[in-house]
Amino acid sequence: MNHEDINPVPVKRKFFTPGVIVLCVLALNALVFLAIRFFYGIGAVTNLDNQYPWGIWIGIDVAAGVALAAGGFTTAALGHVMHREEYAAVIRPALLTAMLGYTFVAMGVLVDLGRWYYIYHPLYMWNGNSALFEVGICVMIYLTVLYIEFLPIVTERFIGKINLPGILSKLNKLIDKILRVLDRGLAKTMFIFIIAGVVLSTLHQSSLGTLMVIAGPKMHPLWQTPILPLLFLLSAVAVGFPMVIFESLIASRSLKLKPEMHILSRLGGMIAPLLGLYLAFKIGDMFIRETFVYLTEFNTASIMFTVELLFGVVIPLRMLLSPKVLKSPALLFTASVLVVAGVLINRINNFVVAYTPPYADYSYFPSIGEISVTVGFVAMLVLLYRFFVLNFPIVSLPGKASGPSAKYTVKGVK
Amino acid sequence: MSGKSRRDFLKSSALIGAGITGLSSNSANAAPTNILSPDRMGVLVDTTICIGCRNCEWACKEAHDIPAGDLESYENREIMKKDRRPDHTALTVINEYSPGKHSNLPVNVKVQCMHCDHPACVSACIVGAFSKQENGSVIWDTDMCIGCRYCMVACPFQIPTFEYHKALQPDITKCDFCFERTSEGKLPACIDICPVEALTYGPRTELVLIARERIRRNPDRYIDHIFGEYEVGGTAWMFLGSKDFNELGFPQLGKDPAPGVSEAIQHGIFAYFVPPVSLYALLGGMMWLSKRRKELEQEEKI
Repeated sequence: MNHEDINPVPVKRKFFTPGVIVLCVLALNALVFLAIRFFYGIGAVTNLDNQYPWGIWIGIDVAAGVALAAGGFTTAALGHVMHREEYAAVIRPALLTAMLGYTFVAMGVLVDLGRWYYIYHPLYMWNGNSALFEVGICVMIYLTVLYIEFLPIVTERFIGKINLPGILSKLNKLIDKILRVLDRGLAKTMFIFIIAGVVLSTLHQSSLGTLMVIAGPKMHPLWQTPILPLLFLLSAVAVGFPMVIFESLIASRSLKLKPEMHILSRLGGMIAPLLGLYLAFKIGDMFIRETFVYLTEFNTASIMFTVELLFGVVIPLRMLLSPKVLKSPALLFTASVLVVAGVLINRINNFVVAYTPPYADYSYFPSIGEISVTVGFVAMLVLLYRFFVLNFPIVSLPGKASGPSAKYTVKGVK
Repeated sequence: MSGKSRRDFLKSSALIGAGITGLSSNSANAAPTNILSPDRMGVLVDTTICIGCRNCEWACKEAHDIPAGDLESYENREIMKKDRRPDHTALTVINEYSPGKHSNLPVNVKVQCMHCDHPACVSACIVGAFSKQENGSVIWDTDMCIGCRYCMVACPFQIPTFEYHKALQPDITKCDFCFERTSEGKLPACIDICPVEALTYGPRTELVLIARERIRRNPDRYIDHIFGEYEVGGTAWMFLGSKDFNELGFPQLGKDPAPGVSEAIQHGIFAYFVPPVSLYALLGGMMWLSKRRKELEQEEKI
């Protein structure tokens, strides 16, 4: 075997730490504002109105959330489709991030929908012309696919370990059997879902960019371009690995594990070409549409565009071209954070900063309630991530014996 | 053994392909009603005739079960010092601008949904709750709407509004061209009540001819521009004015239909589901090949 063996196990640590308690407080704070939103309407907690129908709940929770969960499909493509087994150790953490990320995207949509209880309508009320319909359907299916991809981790955790107390113990054998059947079925069919996941991601990552095209002249020309779907897809692909590195380094610090630099450095080496491709299209688009003239003005739009491009793309791109950066955990972390922040700012710019309606008499800025809910969702996501890492086989501890390596392959090859 | 399972793989891939293609034949019809009838109705608003009596505001509210108050209270012109926008309390409003070239009196401009020929809201709505009807009206279906407010993002005239302070069943509100009244053969409420006939209701094609004739006969009164004849691909409501429309509160818009590019992109990416299915097949092939290569490498080592 020429690949490194991986052995994902639940990490044995206490759940509560001072940091976790801070996160719990932030999550509870969000719940308070959510209660107000559901009892008194969206207007009661947000600064949204008839001029600015979408705010950070769409710009950050949904648009940036989808982009930053892209690590799930980029690592799946690398590990399973291209069979680069040396990256197997990062697939599960990335899958967990994607699953939780998309779950919170769905929650973000739910709280932003005026009639949230009709969220299932797009399932049977179709409008093929609508980019939002495409995004909605794709995200719904992809979320299901992610849950299916995660199921083997659940079966692995519980097979042979079902031990219900008292009268329920009679069910132990039955549940165990069901889990085993499920596990075998999933192992045989998983390649279908893995490929579907990559296709669905490509589709909705780009369609998310199509969303704002219809806003036409309401959107600042620095961002409004017919190649928005391509830019969204390229930036999502580019942010996948930085997000994986960012999380892996944070997780190993928080869980007091040794950072897996041998994998992360190689992952980091792949970011520069992807980021460079995105930058080329972004700059090319700017020159073809001659929008650089807007950069000579000094206003929010030009500042935000410069910040997004300089700190989010150019500087990390230069950093990631240096072998020194790839080998140093601190520098690699910094570069990854810059890319992640760059994509986050890009999505905020596209959905919030660039949007100026024709009859605007002020500029939108998120309310305390909107910020609280967004921050609270992130806190909940991190708490759930910690819960799963502590209780399910997600993280591979270095130096342990071999386990199930690339388990999901095209069925034809044995 | 391996041959059999390879066949399985091909079979299941083909099944998925077929499933997705099956989906596409449905989705071809899965678009809301969007009829561009040659006989569609429209309204010509002559802003040089409007006196700003705001009777149309009152009549509109009466016709749509919105609290309207006394008609006399609408004589108050103080309210027009500030530009207003339609919302759930008033589906149409009258704004006032400084005099144009035809007289020394202020110019009054009615604001309501333009009922576009190629409406962005109809294209954008995630569930197809908006539709363009045969008589030209663009209407909204409360039973479908999920309150996502994408129509508000899409509309170039910033017309659809939302009830932000309702926790349950908040509505998207906008002028519906009195769809119920016109179905019963009545005139839209605002046109019915207008005391000076500033609003002309009729087939859109005829209205364009009437508007051109007015401009030709009174070149001193009107600027040579019918707002809505070509803007965003044409609108059912069209305006005549005595000065540049940018000075009368109208947005500067091109002649291309508002949804144009986005629909083209959308249909390009999905073109009968060929690109997604091809991508699926391509990835499946890559997965198979890469696995095969790995195994060959390992066999060589042994």
